Amino acid sequence: MASRKSVWVAAAGLAGAAAVVHRSRTHASAPTSPDRWLTVTVNRDPSDVQADKLPSPLHDYGDRIETRISAAPGDRGTELAVRLTEPQPVATESMAARLAGADPRQDLRLALREAKALLETGEVMRPDAPTTHNTPGGRLVGLLSRRAGGEGVL
Amino acid sequence: MKALCWEGVNKLAVEEVPDPVLHNDQDVIVRVIAGTTCGSDLHLIGGYIPFMRSGDVIGHEFIGEVVEVGTGVRRHAVGDRVVVSSFVGCGRCWYCTHDMWSLCDNTNTNPGIGQALFGADTAGIFGYSHAMGGLRGSHAEYVRVPYADYGAFKVPEGVDDTSALFVSDSVPTGWMGADLAGVKPGDVVAVWGCGAVGQMAARAAILLGAERVISIDRIPERLEMTERHIGSEVIDYTATDVGAELRERTGGRGPDVCIEAVGMEAHSDNTLVHAYDQVKQRLRLQTDRPTAVRQAIHACRKGGTVFVLGVFAGAVDKFPLGAVINKGLTVRGAQQHGQRYIPMLLDRLAAGDLSTAHLATHSVSLDEAPRAYDMFKQKTDGCVRAVIRPNG
Repeated sequence: MASRKSVWVAAAGLAGAAAVVHRSRTHASAPTSPDRWLTVTVNRDPSDVQADKLPSPLHDYGDRIETRISAAPGDRGTELAVRLTEPQPVATESMAARLAGADPRQDLRLALREAKALLETGEVMRPDAPTTHNTPGGRLVGLLSRRAGGEGVL
Repeated sequence: MKALCWEGVNKLAVEEVPDPVLHNDQDVIVRVIAGTTCGSDLHLIGGYIPFMRSGDVIGHEFIGEVVEVGTGVRRHAVGDRVVVSSFVGCGRCWYCTHDMWSLCDNTNTNPGIGQALFGADTAGIFGYSHAMGGLRGSHAEYVRVPYADYGAFKVPEGVDDTSALFVSDSVPTGWMGADLAGVKPGDVVAVWGCGAVGQMAARAAILLGAERVISIDRIPERLEMTERHIGSEVIDYTATDVGAELRERTGGRGPDVCIEAVGMEAHSDNTLVHAYDQVKQRLRLQTDRPTAVRQAIHACRKGGTVFVLGVFAGAVDKFPLGAVINKGLTVRGAQQHGQRYIPMLLDRLAAGDLSTAHLATHSVSLDEAPRAYDMFKQKTDGCVRAVIRPNG
């Protein structure tokens, strides 16, 4: 009974989260428009954030991405924006593709987040080794967690 | 090692799990001396935050001894007795450097979930679901502490383990509520909830110079404890009309500052309102029951401040936005910025300005932790906080 309830609870919560993601993506990037820039603000001086010296894995993208770097307003550091140079098929934006980890923007978003963490702290915080068991609800949470590093509203 | 794991809605079990290891250079491993039950754990245990997996280790408020140190750690050594902030902060993003540690950009390893739910990801928390990073909790013999130079604090000699334990979360949370609500000399402050966080918010308000502090709850032993140990006036909301009582005690104005320290599973003495909120929450038409927040907004004086300290996860119904606008209220909320306050709070504990030991009404082993959580949830045997000692 408890496990059935937890599945139901997880499904309700995750469906809500998925709906929000879907809604935000729908408004964020029309399929026919050029892909939006993915952007983070790095708490470093602009002189510390240089396009040819970005940390790996962002650096490894080479010519496959465009990069834009500018000073953030106030004391907020440096705005770092990237986007894929090649237009991506509309299908990669679908919920199914994103759940399957097939949207190339997911890897780029992850690389951008990691670059920010490396520039700010010198490391990317790794998750703990799991202590979990597989249950139907848990698998759903696990899938969402696996995709969460590359998803979001950057 | 042994750890207390969530196994499903309202089901906890002590299990064998692999020992934690250093994953990053700036990590330490802490042997847990003591942890405590927290009201916010009940939201996880009850399934109100649907991002738990069977086998997740819970617990986020703890003290321990450093037993292993990463190569990038500068401020800690093996043998240090440390209290650890429940929120993990990297110390170098814009939010950490501006003392908003629970908003850290770099410590939630599942940022997409928070961004979908809240529009932005927030800091990772020990043992507080995969939405908050999926870090292992502290109800275990050992726990890994990332960015330990920023989140672990040496406990001064002369401050005992049990007193220091609550500086991990409940004391800084309460202090932050009074501080960020702008409590100042001459204010009348009302605090909803006489759990550990509410009591500490009331004590902080007194130390920040409030003229009167009035705490509200329904559990007799918590009201008595708050009156005796904190020095706050109290109101039993089951025995009187809280709004009328507050107006009467404040010359008809209402409190200058109202601090809500109850959270998403609030009770109400109004049976109809309570039933309405429970039904909507169970049907997932609202995620949280905001009973105390509504009452605080209605009770607050014109132009006053309401601070939401209780944990809320998502959307609420019947939020009195009209009162906020028309009374010119300031409404704020935050998860705790522990690193901002912990050094000062440890000094205050050492100096005797603050006392926390009375919160520890029960002390149990890890094997007894499931029973302790049940007692804590049901508020039986006068339980305010059960201290869990994983290493005996």
